Amino acid sequence: MEGCRLAVKDLACRRGARVLFRGLSFELRAGEALQVVGPNGTGKSSLLRIVAGLLRPFAGTVDREGSIGLVDERPALDEHLPLGRALAFWGRIDGGGFKSRESASDRLGVTGVLDVPVQYLSTGQRKRAALTRLLCQQAAVWLLDEPLNGLDTGMARECEKLVADHCRAGGLVLVASHQPFEVPGLRSIALADFAS
Amino acid sequence: MSVVAELLRRDLAQMFAGARRGGAILPVLFFVAVAMLFPFAVGPDPVLLTRAGGGIVWVAALLAAILPLDRLLAPDLEQGFFDQFAVRGIAEEATVAVRLLAHWLSFGPPLMLAALPAAALLGLHADTLRTVEWGLLAGTPGLAAIGLIIAALTVGLRAGAALAGLLLIPLAVPLLIFGAGALSTGGQSGLALTAAMSLLLCAITPFAGGAAIRAARDG
Repeated sequence: MEGCRLAVKDLACRRGARVLFRGLSFELRAGEALQVVGPNGTGKSSLLRIVAGLLRPFAGTVDREGSIGLVDERPALDEHLPLGRALAFWGRIDGGGFKSRESASDRLGVTGVLDVPVQYLSTGQRKRAALTRLLCQQAAVWLLDEPLNGLDTGMARECEKLVADHCRAGGLVLVASHQPFEVPGLRSIALADFAS
Repeated sequence: MSVVAELLRRDLAQMFAGARRGGAILPVLFFVAVAMLFPFAVGPDPVLLTRAGGGIVWVAALLAAILPLDRLLAPDLEQGFFDQFAVRGIAEEATVAVRLLAHWLSFGPPLMLAALPAAALLGLHADTLRTVEWGLLAGTPGLAAIGLIIAALTVGLRAGAALAGLLLIPLAVPLLIFGAGALSTGGQSGLALTAAMSLLLCAITPFAGGAAIRAARDG
């Protein structure tokens, strides 16, 4: 896996007229994982979007190396297409082969619904599909926004294992979740401490 | 390069197959319907229809350009496609440029084809029809570009769809003046100006649209 690094320094985030957090700093190196915890509305998703480069920080800097893989509440899969073809679109964009897609969908347990249009999938199945897309992308830096939402307990454990495996393979994971997330060596940071 | 081809393939599939973006079929039917309404409204006077017909085709084309606007970008933004493209380093400018090409392909040529039955309904002469077709070829890229810019600017607004239609009409007036004006002057200068405006609009669309999509994320 390519080298990856993530350094956040003195970060502040403003949404509308409110500053959600300020003075946030942390650094992650390859193989490390960090969970951002905090009640709803403290800016977990915003932090992830700033790190992904989708939002501009109000203050501070984000320094990152390595390709980004993002999973949030929107799966970014064409609703009317069968899941297999919707995933194949991203496969062609990301340059992954059919084999890796097959093993990824096996691992996330979506092989049985590959021919079902995305619009008929349940919340949990959509989340699994998004994780399948992430797995096929082979990105070094994973940004997961509430990855356990909608997943049943068995699949939640599998998701934690995915993160652990990714770290072991030299990747880097930033998880935003209000739910307990159990991965060996996982650090955690409470965003509420940085509220202004 | 393959990424661009892949994006174009997806956009075209969405616009043509089943008209999921309100794509190719709906504006064409609307265009023919408007052309069909005019003889009912102004009466079957062939002289009048022949004189006004070219202009009617242009107005119909302009109105048809409004139909696909709310489906052009909004679904992709809501479903997170633009975010996923962005984290992969695919610039919004590139996705918008591809979308513009796909939008024109699903809008311009079908409209030019539909101008044939419309011309028959309005009793246009062959040389008028020829000017109309050249005019549509010169003008529809501009209409598609204006439509895409407006779709990008209104993508985050709740009443975006209704606003988009209102915004398009005044912006498209110059295209209409020179495109339809070529019918009465019979000169090629009107067509050339229409084409020049279309080229300019197509050139700025990727940048304007890209900036608008990025701004919509902040909103």
